Amino acid sequence: MKRRKLVNYSKYGYLFAIPFILAFLIFTLYPICYTILIAFTNQEGVIPPKIKLLKDPLSCFKYLFKKRNSGKISYFLDSLIATAKIWIVNFIPQLGLALLLSAWFTDNRVKVKAQGFYKVVFYLPNIITAATVAILFRTLFGYPIGPVNDILTSLKILKTPYYFLNKPKSTRAIIEFIQCWQWYGSTMITLIAAVIGINPEIFEAAEIDGANRWRKFWNITLPSVRPIMLFTLVTSMIGGLSMFDIPLLFAEGRQDLGAQTVAIYIYNTSFKQPYKYNRSAAASIVLFLIIIALSVALFYVMRDKDAAKLEKMRKAELKRAKALGRGV
Amino acid sequence: MASNQVALHSKTKSDIAFKTTIYIVCTILAILSLFPFVVMLVNATRSTAQIQAHAVSLIPGSSLSKNIKILSTKKTFQPLVGMKNSLIISASTTILTVYFASLTAYAIFAYDWKLKKAFFGLIMGIMMLPGTVTMIGFYRACYQFHLTDNKLMLILPAIAAPMTVFFMKQYLEGALSMDIVESARIDGAGEFRTFNSIVLPIMKPAMATQAIFAFVGSWNNYFMPRILMNKQKNYTMPIMVALLNGDIYKTEFGCIYLGLSMTALPLIIIYLFLSKYIVSGVALGSVKG
Repeated sequence: MKRRKLVNYSKYGYLFAIPFILAFLIFTLYPICYTILIAFTNQEGVIPPKIKLLKDPLSCFKYLFKKRNSGKISYFLDSLIATAKIWIVNFIPQLGLALLLSAWFTDNRVKVKAQGFYKVVFYLPNIITAATVAILFRTLFGYPIGPVNDILTSLKILKTPYYFLNKPKSTRAIIEFIQCWQWYGSTMITLIAAVIGINPEIFEAAEIDGANRWRKFWNITLPSVRPIMLFTLVTSMIGGLSMFDIPLLFAEGRQDLGAQTVAIYIYNTSFKQPYKYNRSAAASIVLFLIIIALSVALFYVMRDKDAAKLEKMRKAELKRAKALGRGV
Repeated sequence: MASNQVALHSKTKSDIAFKTTIYIVCTILAILSLFPFVVMLVNATRSTAQIQAHAVSLIPGSSLSKNIKILSTKKTFQPLVGMKNSLIISASTTILTVYFASLTAYAIFAYDWKLKKAFFGLIMGIMMLPGTVTMIGFYRACYQFHLTDNKLMLILPAIAAPMTVFFMKQYLEGALSMDIVESARIDGAGEFRTFNSIVLPIMKPAMATQAIFAFVGSWNNYFMPRILMNKQKNYTMPIMVALLNGDIYKTEFGCIYLGLSMTALPLIIIYLFLSKYIVSGVALGSVKG
């Protein structure tokens, strides 16, 4: 009976991880390596020629950052800026609203009724296909007849219908609104979970000290949910960097409307005339590097500080023990 | 005593004002969340002429069957084809994701193996990687091996779902004690059987939550299917919806709203039934797209 314990089970660890590893190698690692390779080669045109390194292997990367002939910044940089703008303008109100609602819903003196209902309704837009949402909003903001124009002219806010979809400002504002509208519910639910996790005794102690709502929020809630907030920030940022469906289907991904995001740039470069696979591969790699930088930031934020300290101490202890052992 | 009572009184008064503000803001937000979908569903039942006269109405019209007829005569938007493809892809994706993520999480949780830490680090590292980054290489490889328009290329990558593995591992840490596994070993059960007949049932709640997210995520995915699927018979639901942007629907408002409703309604209905699990799932795993 005792001998059984000596059976080595570790091989099952490898065995059970094999499907994941295989799928990862085939569907993620190989495509990444291939993308990197393509970025330095002659792969372009409807039917690309035999794969060959470019004379100047870096020319695709150089092109991405080279100014246009008109002297304006390159389309790639323009798409990066457009993406960043849309993300930032959507995220600030999204986080603000989510914070406010999570503080309200967890207030221990005023119990908000029908919380479950509100949570379900606020999260609803997130579950609906982004493609559907984009086209729905395109129809809602239709010109000259569309529900929004109908309401605004009926309420005499506007004299004549407004053409929302052909102006960069209104187009971008609506895209930002859609993003915020789809995601604040999700951010709120995450933050509520974080606030509930705070030890209630801390709040009680603060109340005994006479702290009001604002002080409790500012001095207890905010610092306590900071890690989760940062986690949300980074995940949202990476999600925002790959924004595709909404700007493409709501505003045709048009560059002149500020709706050409990086993902749309990559898509257009490879799947529209003149099919520059190498150039879009280079853009993918730049995007990849940006995401790696953000992921590292995420790691740093999410790491368990106490566990890391313990691990360090354990290792130091082990080292010392070994050194002692050798000494003896 | 008196001053104390006044303080108490004013406090409740401010509480009432506070509460009222909350309800007003929340109600406005709730209307904002629901309004677009209400307009969509109501307008799906109104004729294009009615919509042109007044684009907003809360009273359903009587042109639903007429709209269905017009929609079915224009051949580009085929919701049934889209639904069939999406169902096949999403259901297979969900099964693969949930099963293999559980298996992988168990491999990390239950066994000590040399490369475990590195492997888990890898999972954390690729967790955030969006499809945009790997797309060009993936598409070119599929093209060269004649695998475009092949549903398997959208299904098989689901075997490696790092987010789900991460979630499942967290869950195992709280829910599974190794004593159970040990006693199964003493009874002579093989490791793979132990996983299937003892560990999997314990993981059911986590699997249910993750299944919902895997299904919805796959159903709503537009980017990869759009790149890989060229033939109309392979289009998934989001690609079908995108066709409603086309010129032939430009003046057929009733049709557009109906088409949109057909794609949103299944999700809304599923959501109404599963909202409890979905909301608690978001709270647990902070699933972000």
